[in-house]
Amino acid sequence: MLGKTAGGLYWMSRFLERSENTARLIEAGFRIALTRSKDPASEWKSVLTTAGVRGIYDAKYDSYTAAHAVDFLLRDTGNPSSVISSIENARTNARLVRTALTTEVWEAVNESWMTLKAALKKPVNDTQLPALLGEIRRHTALVRGAVHGTMLRNDIFDFTQIGTSLERADNTARIIDVKYYTLLPSASSVGSTLDNVQWETILRSVSAHRSFKWLNNHDISPASIAEFLILDNRFPRSLSFCNRLLDDSLGFLAKDYGTRLPCHDLIDIQRDKMREHTIASIFDEGLHVFITSFIHDNNAIGLQIEKDYRFVR
Amino acid sequence: MLLGQDGVRDPYSEYHTWFSKEDPVRLTKKSKEAEAFFRRTGITFNVYGQSAAQERLIPFDLIPRIIANREWTKLSKGIEQRVRAINAFLHDIYHRQEILRAGIVPIELISRNDAFLPQMMGVTPPGGVYTHIVGTDIVRTGEDDFFVLEDNARTPSGVSYMLENRETMLQMFPELFSQIKVQPVSDYPKNLRRSLAACAPPNCDGKPTVAVLTPGIHNSAYFEHSFLADQMGVELVEGHDLRVVDGRIQMRTTEGYQVIDVLYRRVDDEYLDPLNFNPDSMLGVPGIMDVYRAGNITIANAPGTGVADDKAIYSYMPEIIEFYTGEKAILKNVETHRCSEPDALKYVLDNLADLVVKEVHGSGGYGMLVGPAASKSELASFAAKLRRNPSNYIAQPTLSLSTVPIFAKKGLAPRHVDLRPFVLVSPDGMNITPGGLTRVALKDGSLVVNSSQGGGTKDTWVLED
Repeated sequence: MLGKTAGGLYWMSRFLERSENTARLIEAGFRIALTRSKDPASEWKSVLTTAGVRGIYDAKYDSYTAAHAVDFLLRDTGNPSSVISSIENARTNARLVRTALTTEVWEAVNESWMTLKAALKKPVNDTQLPALLGEIRRHTALVRGAVHGTMLRNDIFDFTQIGTSLERADNTARIIDVKYYTLLPSASSVGSTLDNVQWETILRSVSAHRSFKWLNNHDISPASIAEFLILDNRFPRSLSFCNRLLDDSLGFLAKDYGTRLPCHDLIDIQRDKMREHTIASIFDEGLHVFITSFIHDNNAIGLQIEKDYRFVR
Repeated sequence: MLLGQDGVRDPYSEYHTWFSKEDPVRLTKKSKEAEAFFRRTGITFNVYGQSAAQERLIPFDLIPRIIANREWTKLSKGIEQRVRAINAFLHDIYHRQEILRAGIVPIELISRNDAFLPQMMGVTPPGGVYTHIVGTDIVRTGEDDFFVLEDNARTPSGVSYMLENRETMLQMFPELFSQIKVQPVSDYPKNLRRSLAACAPPNCDGKPTVAVLTPGIHNSAYFEHSFLADQMGVELVEGHDLRVVDGRIQMRTTEGYQVIDVLYRRVDDEYLDPLNFNPDSMLGVPGIMDVYRAGNITIANAPGTGVADDKAIYSYMPEIIEFYTGEKAILKNVETHRCSEPDALKYVLDNLADLVVKEVHGSGGYGMLVGPAASKSELASFAAKLRRNPSNYIAQPTLSLSTVPIFAKKGLAPRHVDLRPFVLVSPDGMNITPGGLTRVALKDGSLVVNSSQGGGTKDTWVLED
């Protein structure tokens, strides 16, 4: 496979995952700001921080309103992580690697792009927003379904999984990073309205408010939420789950190509670190320190993969 | 097919029987379905200089253009003869230049030709093949009157539309193909791969590695490039995926660099190699010409083939064919006035309103004048351009091109068409896919069939005997 093709598959998957994550962040922010929060501006501010686009937002707007934030996250082509930019980038990469995709995957990506581009042509108002966010999730699910249902389990598939797992881990880690203070045991005043709202935001932004309650029998505590997001292998967006997916995919590549590369050493270190940790040891180390170093390491693995598999010259 | 006093033309009779029983509403619906299918699958082309509508569809007309077996046999013989002559001509031009010594083609046409590459002098491509893929543009003016309009010997495009048009027809009207026996076209990608592989350089041992070189996703024909790579099961590469390693062209893969034996390039000569041609090119591979001259890679089509297909050389094709094959040309040439010759220039200026004037190196229907359709001021400004640089132009009479019906809003309507059959050349022989790409001028009365100028396409049927 061409190095460029591997890169195209990786970025296609990252951007697809990003468009879904951005939609989910908007959904959580919208809901909380609308129904629960006494301070919607700070809610949107933290959504924009989580999406990693505070800087360019601040350069454009001087207040955090729902209308601006939603438009910026959904439709702004100047925002590289907006849904429209992500889906455009995903589709451009898919077009680049079209020869490596099954017809079903290509058509699912192309149709998502066509539909969402049309739907995002004009500003979206509050009434239309829920249906539109649903549409985004439905389209990314369609692509994922086509990938899993029609693609050979070979290096092509592995590179899509690598892109997905890195992007997803990054997203979950950022959510924790922005809200980490609400998950610190010291800051918990259990039962206070503020914290309940914050926790709900966190769980909603990873589409896990129901699964979490289900698994934890309605025992909501900062530690149980943190453990769920970081270490729970049953939850497909937890850091640990994403790490395992990445480890597996890199393992398949090593076996397939018969070569171990520097990225394999990095993922080994990362995996062992995650295995040794308990939620208590993470809190001992410091949640914020742990998350910051996770984001850094996750990023470093991504860069090493790009190099090892020659995405660019 | 069913217009004019003569009633239905012979090859169309079976189709007409089927068509007359069809409900126009159903056909309109089918036509919309076809469009949605093309969009969804991304069968689009990019138009340069249009940022908003970057990807456009080529309109597809659902009435097939039908050619009788008898007609096709004659056509394909004529095309084969022409392509054989073009290859002989190219070999001659880049070696002994007998045809110039014999005074048949004027030497200035070669020496002043930008498409002539001195770097190719004395180089014999692997297998002796210059034009691996040719698309010969043909028009018809009467029952048995076929004219060749152009020999596309550089990197002819459109074959993906030939294949997708047939796929679409098969999906929309499967019953038609069980009633009427149409010669298949779907073997083209397999034949293309085989034909390219047969041209591999002699030092290639084992199965040749073929790749398609594209300028990238912004190129107008990117869809076709990825389609052909996909259908052949080979890599689609760009210049920055390639480099010279150990005297061979190699592509950067996830497992290191891998040798390419045959490169089907869809990048023009000028951009192929920044070290040997245009130094600003980002699309090519530095040093590929040196690897080529050393016989370590096959480039299809060979660099420098453009010298055989410009519109000035075209006017000498009947003589060229006779010189190399000893036969009279089977397919006619359109009468061509070379504006470089003073008498011809005078004639063209005097009769501008009745002629079609084209740039010698033009393509895509750009920069041409259709006299009968032009306004007075357009004629005047074109005449000025002609006087300034006469040798840049040739002129041809407007042919009374045959029409075929299209499915228009108000039912069937006649439109002008041309035909581009695709020819594959290898040391094992020639292969012409029955039919080709029919392009149709969708505007009433228009003679311009280019997709960039509002043309559409149709499926092309060659009937079984």
